[in-house]
Amino acid sequence: MAEGKALSFQDLILTLHAYWGKQGCVILQPYDMEVGAGTFHPATTLRALGPKPWNAAYVQPSRRPTDGRYGENPNRLQHYYQYQVIMKPSPANLQDLYLGSLVEIGIDPLVHDIRFVEDDWESPTLGAWGLGWEVWCDGMEVSQFTYFQQMGGYDCKPVAGELTYGLERLAMYIQGVDSVYDLKFNDAGVTYGDVFLENEKQMSKWNFEVADTEKLFRWFKDCQAEWRQCIDNGVPLAAFEQAIKASHTFNLLQARGVISVQERASYMGQVRDMAKGSCEAWMESNGWTA
Amino acid sequence: MDGIERVDRVMTDFLLELRCEEIPARMQLKASDDLARLFTEELAKSGLTPGAIESFVTPRRLALIARDLPLETAAVSEEHKGPRTSAPPQALEGFLRKTGLTQDQLEDRDGIWFAVVNKPGRATADVLAQAIPAIIRAFPWPKSMRWGSASQTTESLRWVRPLQGIVAILGEDLIPCEVDGIQSGYATLGHRFHHSGEITIGGASDYAEKLRACHVIVSHQERQSIIAEKSAQAAAAHGYTVVEDKGLIAENAGLTEWPVPLLGDFDPAFLEVPPEVIQLTLRINQKYFVLRDATGKLAPAFICTANIEAKDGGAAIIAGNRKVLAARLSDARFFWEQDRKTRLEDHAKKLERITFHDKLGTVADKVERVAKLARWLVEEGIVTSGTLSLEGEGRERVLDANDARDTSAEPPLPNPLPTGEREQLATLAEQAARLCKADLVTEMVGEFPELQGIMGGYYARAEGLPDAVADAIRDHYKPVGQGDDVPTAPVTVAVSLADKLDTIASFFVIDEKPTGSKDPFALRRAAIGIIRIILETGVRLCLSSIVNKAVSSAAPVDATMTLTPLAQTYASIAEAAGTQGLSEAGETKILENWDRRAAAATVEYEQRLASEEGYILDFLADRLKVQQREAGVRHDLIDAVFALGGEDDLVRLLARVHALQSFVATDDGANLLAGYKRAANILKKEAPQTPSPQRGEGRGEGERGEAERPAIDVAPPHPTSEGGTGLLPTLEGEGNSGLSYTPEIAEAALIAALDVAEPRTAQAVAAEDFEGAMAALATLRAPIDAFFESVTVNDPDPAKRTARLALLARVRDAVHSVADFSKIAG
Repeated sequence: MAEGKALSFQDLILTLHAYWGKQGCVILQPYDMEVGAGTFHPATTLRALGPKPWNAAYVQPSRRPTDGRYGENPNRLQHYYQYQVIMKPSPANLQDLYLGSLVEIGIDPLVHDIRFVEDDWESPTLGAWGLGWEVWCDGMEVSQFTYFQQMGGYDCKPVAGELTYGLERLAMYIQGVDSVYDLKFNDAGVTYGDVFLENEKQMSKWNFEVADTEKLFRWFKDCQAEWRQCIDNGVPLAAFEQAIKASHTFNLLQARGVISVQERASYMGQVRDMAKGSCEAWMESNGWTA
Repeated sequence: MDGIERVDRVMTDFLLELRCEEIPARMQLKASDDLARLFTEELAKSGLTPGAIESFVTPRRLALIARDLPLETAAVSEEHKGPRTSAPPQALEGFLRKTGLTQDQLEDRDGIWFAVVNKPGRATADVLAQAIPAIIRAFPWPKSMRWGSASQTTESLRWVRPLQGIVAILGEDLIPCEVDGIQSGYATLGHRFHHSGEITIGGASDYAEKLRACHVIVSHQERQSIIAEKSAQAAAAHGYTVVEDKGLIAENAGLTEWPVPLLGDFDPAFLEVPPEVIQLTLRINQKYFVLRDATGKLAPAFICTANIEAKDGGAAIIAGNRKVLAARLSDARFFWEQDRKTRLEDHAKKLERITFHDKLGTVADKVERVAKLARWLVEEGIVTSGTLSLEGEGRERVLDANDARDTSAEPPLPNPLPTGEREQLATLAEQAARLCKADLVTEMVGEFPELQGIMGGYYARAEGLPDAVADAIRDHYKPVGQGDDVPTAPVTVAVSLADKLDTIASFFVIDEKPTGSKDPFALRRAAIGIIRIILETGVRLCLSSIVNKAVSSAAPVDATMTLTPLAQTYASIAEAAGTQGLSEAGETKILENWDRRAAAATVEYEQRLASEEGYILDFLADRLKVQQREAGVRHDLIDAVFALGGEDDLVRLLARVHALQSFVATDDGANLLAGYKRAANILKKEAPQTPSPQRGEGRGEGERGEAERPAIDVAPPHPTSEGGTGLLPTLEGEGNSGLSYTPEIAEAALIAALDVAEPRTAQAVAAEDFEGAMAALATLRAPIDAFFESVTVNDPDPAKRTARLALLARVRDAVHSVADFSKIAG
């Protein structure tokens, strides 16, 4: 694309912050824990529950250990950024607001072909699902757009609208580059590769080869035990953090290839129980009923 | 009646538009039909019938125009019959309550109360105002959702995506209605990007054109035509043609309100990847049309369908799509290269990690069973190169088709190949079977599951495996649908049959049979596949022995499953006995007890397996019947042959059905049938206490596993024919020596005719010459007719009566050696 002066990676984020801030969203900072997707941020998972209105936007680093490619694949990273917007209840003009954000970052919908293509979302781990679309720009998926129907096994009352932008992919498109490492991070000559290439190499190695699986298995158990403690002592927010930790530890074990197909389902079930249990405790502590 | 003619009722058109956020493409056409149907049903409740209904659907709106609606519904006069005037007062009170009338409004007609309720016509506008919310609330979306502030409660309106507006105009008048806070109005929206602000619709007459002016083509059909025509033009301009794909045209029509097909190209270097992969990447991932060049080869180009008339003529859109496609094709090429770095046999090892079914072990376990079964099918001479054409230009063609023996005149089993060839064929079949599922763990099939088999075939060829093996891997899933080819190459046939037989046997063994409309493991499709392969390749086999083999190979899996918990309990009891210091005698007793139970479980399990084999044969027979009925074979003839039971060879069974179909169409056939029916009726009347003849095991008729019964149910006059069973004619009849009296002429003639016809029929049946068998039976026709004309069966002399009944039983049984004529209609 790259017509005119394309936004740098950091300006893309700043533009979205300014835009969604103007729409009344609280601009949050990333959650300080390893998560697989922006949806795990308690600002989405837990705030999607209950009756209180809530509008927020934030960047969330997402860790997917199995997607690591040692910095050798131009499109795949074990650590990347999602831009997440949640608006509850979903405003009637959420699609228009979203399209407005695309215009803001330089995508002209009379030059580029924007489409809403059916893509329903489900996260068994979070006991959550919703209906929505993947948004295509000239045949490329640039965002996911979901109306949450359930979270933690509870009906969402009211329903929240969630937008997730894949920031690197969007930036590559706007800047017209073929490798994520070639992205302009700012307008002063720093590239995405300058910031993250070494990180990808080392973290891929740790994820796939180095991480001590005995410790990981132990951490998983410790998280479960600590989660139990948190639930028993009425601190569901802390319990949810243990669920997040357990989830990431499980992802690392997967990357190390030490979980068999049969065990996989069992581990996922344990993470799901922790996540759902945290949501349940959160509902209870707020006095909300299903 | 009163001489004044009513003014012609004024008719007018009605427009309804339900506008929402993007409706999934796959749901649109069904939704459009549903709207028309619900609307018609809802109006019919008030006696309204529109002249015609036109339906429209785009990603953002569902609309219909109902033509020629009257402005009001017709007045209706309903008459209700009430109680007798003499009935107790409670009955009358009840009737008045029901009709809402008073007694003086009732009519007394011959002592019975009648109520006449006149319902005046209603304004159609009122009917519509009630119908629209009802239709919206009852709409059958496959998936629906809540949204917005109304979703504070789970009772809020559900729709496929947020519903935003309702346009409802009768003639030029707004039909005011409201659903969950959404009010009807005249306003709608045009194209999302080409038109901003609201459009005011006047009514049905200007709806489509006003929207067209705002870049929305409301007709799905019209958008499909535009896509088809413009993409064909774009392709032609480059010397290409579009590969026809109606589903993809409909999908793109469902993703656009203003479709604009655009052509882009891709690097021809990607064409080294198998064409199936490129096609799927274009179609499934990107919804692009695939193009061919003048020689029919895949062209390095694509057509995407944009939803806008872009300011730059589409240059940016094409550039963007090219880039996305290049990334996708790079992935595909990477998989293609990556997958080929590992040999199929090494890929196959990973199947140990994939569960086939909880109770059936891993895919590797299944492959092992299929490999053994495929080899067995060849070793037993069931699959040979002789009955089949060897397909393909096999470099490694080890089997010489010239050696193929004409098997048609030979008994069906066994049908040996020369040992060396058979061993080679068996080895190839086993090799192909061991590799046939290996592609399931390749990256490419992970990405495109629909390429299973196809990729395995490519990878096998790429590593230099024999063509027969590569073809078998590629084609062993066939036939998949009704129109799909049936494999004929022997190695493929062996693998394909083995795979399907194992699937059916395995799921029957764990009691996962199809029921009603539920067939989650597609066992019916597997059965039809087996039947089609057998019939179309003429494979001669004994189904029961094959099913027995398949079940016994699938069974150990389940045996372990049923017995393992028992064994564990046994072990823990033994351990407990040890730690708790039970007396040795006590321990022994407990263990003996468990031993007994384990043994009983094993016996029970084996019995169940035996009955599963019967169920599988029934299941296959049922599928065959369905398949043959669909092919137009008279079902009574199929039943007549099936009723014989015990027929294991589908090719023979159908030959019999076909011969029977020709025979009953002839005079001889029709008359013999009449004579047979007469004989059978007399036998039934004279011996009602005995069951009708049941031969073999009656498979396909639901009675299974019964011991063979003597075919003659009336005591024969002479001991030699006692116990004459099944398909064999009674051979005792030398002259009339067995009779205690002198037979009448026609009687003697029939005996003589039977003496000749029985062995001839039997021989013909044994040689599978069913036309011959029918011809032999036809010789009985005249003697039977004569017999019925001049001989009294029900003779006062019990000896005569018994002998004549036995004679009729011989006639019936002779006929039954070909088919159970009692099942034939007419």
